[in-house]
Amino acid sequence: MGTDVVNSLEVRQLAYAYPDGTQALFGVDLSIARGERVALLGPNGAGKTTLVMHLNGILTAGHGSVSVAGTPVRKDTLKEIRQRVGLVFQDPDDQLFMPTVRDDVAFGPANAGLRGAELDRVVEDALERVGMLAAADRPPHHLSFGQRRRVAVATVLAMAPEILVLDEPSSNLDPAARRELAEILRSLDVTVLMVTHDLPYALELCERSLILSGGVIAADGPTRELLADSELLAEHRLELPYGFAIPAV
Amino acid sequence: MGAGHRHQLYLPGDSVVHRLPPQCKLLAVFAFALVVVATPRERFWAFAVYALLLAGVVMMARVPLPYVLRRMVIEVPFVLFAFFIPVIGLGERTTVLGLSLSVPGLWAAWNILAKATLGVVASILLAATTEPRTILLGAQRLRLPGLLVQIAMFMLRYMDVILDEMRRMRVARESRGFVARDLRHVPVIARSAGALFIRSYERGERVHLAMLSRGYDGQMPIIHDMSASVRQWGTALALPAVALATWGLTW
Repeated sequence: MGTDVVNSLEVRQLAYAYPDGTQALFGVDLSIARGERVALLGPNGAGKTTLVMHLNGILTAGHGSVSVAGTPVRKDTLKEIRQRVGLVFQDPDDQLFMPTVRDDVAFGPANAGLRGAELDRVVEDALERVGMLAAADRPPHHLSFGQRRRVAVATVLAMAPEILVLDEPSSNLDPAARRELAEILRSLDVTVLMVTHDLPYALELCERSLILSGGVIAADGPTRELLADSELLAEHRLELPYGFAIPAV
Repeated sequence: MGAGHRHQLYLPGDSVVHRLPPQCKLLAVFAFALVVVATPRERFWAFAVYALLLAGVVMMARVPLPYVLRRMVIEVPFVLFAFFIPVIGLGERTTVLGLSLSVPGLWAAWNILAKATLGVVASILLAATTEPRTILLGAQRLRLPGLLVQIAMFMLRYMDVILDEMRRMRVARESRGFVARDLRHVPVIARSAGALFIRSYERGERVHLAMLSRGYDGQMPIIHDMSASVRQWGTALALPAVALATWGLTW
């Protein structure tokens, strides 16, 4: 992994215990190069969400470090970090809190100081990229679930992030919406970390995968190889869906 | 109250009144209400002028009259209360249609009825011509405490989400054979309400995280530039200004 270019994401020996004493992460090491699309796989309770919360400083490391494009996540860098790490939450209703789609997408860039015509341009560009420009002036609760998720991606794209972090992007989507989102994600020219246990989706979108299990990175390699290793998967409570076979290249 | 309740309040349109910036309309309605309340109740013709002014706004905004009348139902509890005052009031009494009524009570009833009706109609017109979210933006513009505006904004956004959640919980209860029939079922409903509160509270935490993730620092960013021109202020404030002049003339 040691390239001379600065990685989009660099996590070193990250450990974290919740205030009640439950240890969730036991020393996580990972790095993601610029432009990579990486899946973070793991069973429920493996610490995936806890790890994600560290990436933009919502939780601060108990031990170890996180840095984004060379900038360490610290109290004094939070503002910059949050602009660089685009977090897409699992429930779009949590993410879309403004009265209209347009206002919601504008929220991040406006916090960063954009105003007027420049703000409009950024907002429309982000909505265009997820194919939701036509819905700009509608309230979020009038959209379908799949559309809301796409808008949630746009809210984050509008901030021109260094890395897009998606928490279970395929959850609750019908097959068509799932495919549409995959097409959008593939079309984006941005580093992606996708947290999921939808293994076929990981295979479809990400060349490389990490398995987080028991609070450490248990495996790191090409998605195709990891998913072909049924023993490895079983060890970490991961399973391919019934009838799914890894397609030949 | 059902989903989409708020959409009944707003009547989309493109009149002079609709186009005025929300902060102008808010201030105009507030000032108008102040003038109305400050008018002594004996000045009948001042109240008639106020009513005519509102009728003028109704015409300018092209709000159908039946719509205004229908929304006025909200005033009914106050009207009932006003009718009781003369009956139970003390002091000098007079007889109307064989009923012995208190004179100060009649005055008090008229006072409540006239002022409340004018205030309610003005508010209905504001709501009918201004989208709820822009009313809030206007309030923000008028320097209403930011926290209050934000709370109201979230209520607007999450009302449907929470009502939906409530509906799902009811379906879940009924799917397992529960039907609320009498008082003994209150604890079940109360527990559901408690669960709904906890869920909404947790959602609030997640929304807060989402806001922090996009650079929220306690202040809502200003997304829409809603400055009003002097002319727009002039148009909006004409209503309370004429009302105030009427009030002055009746001295």
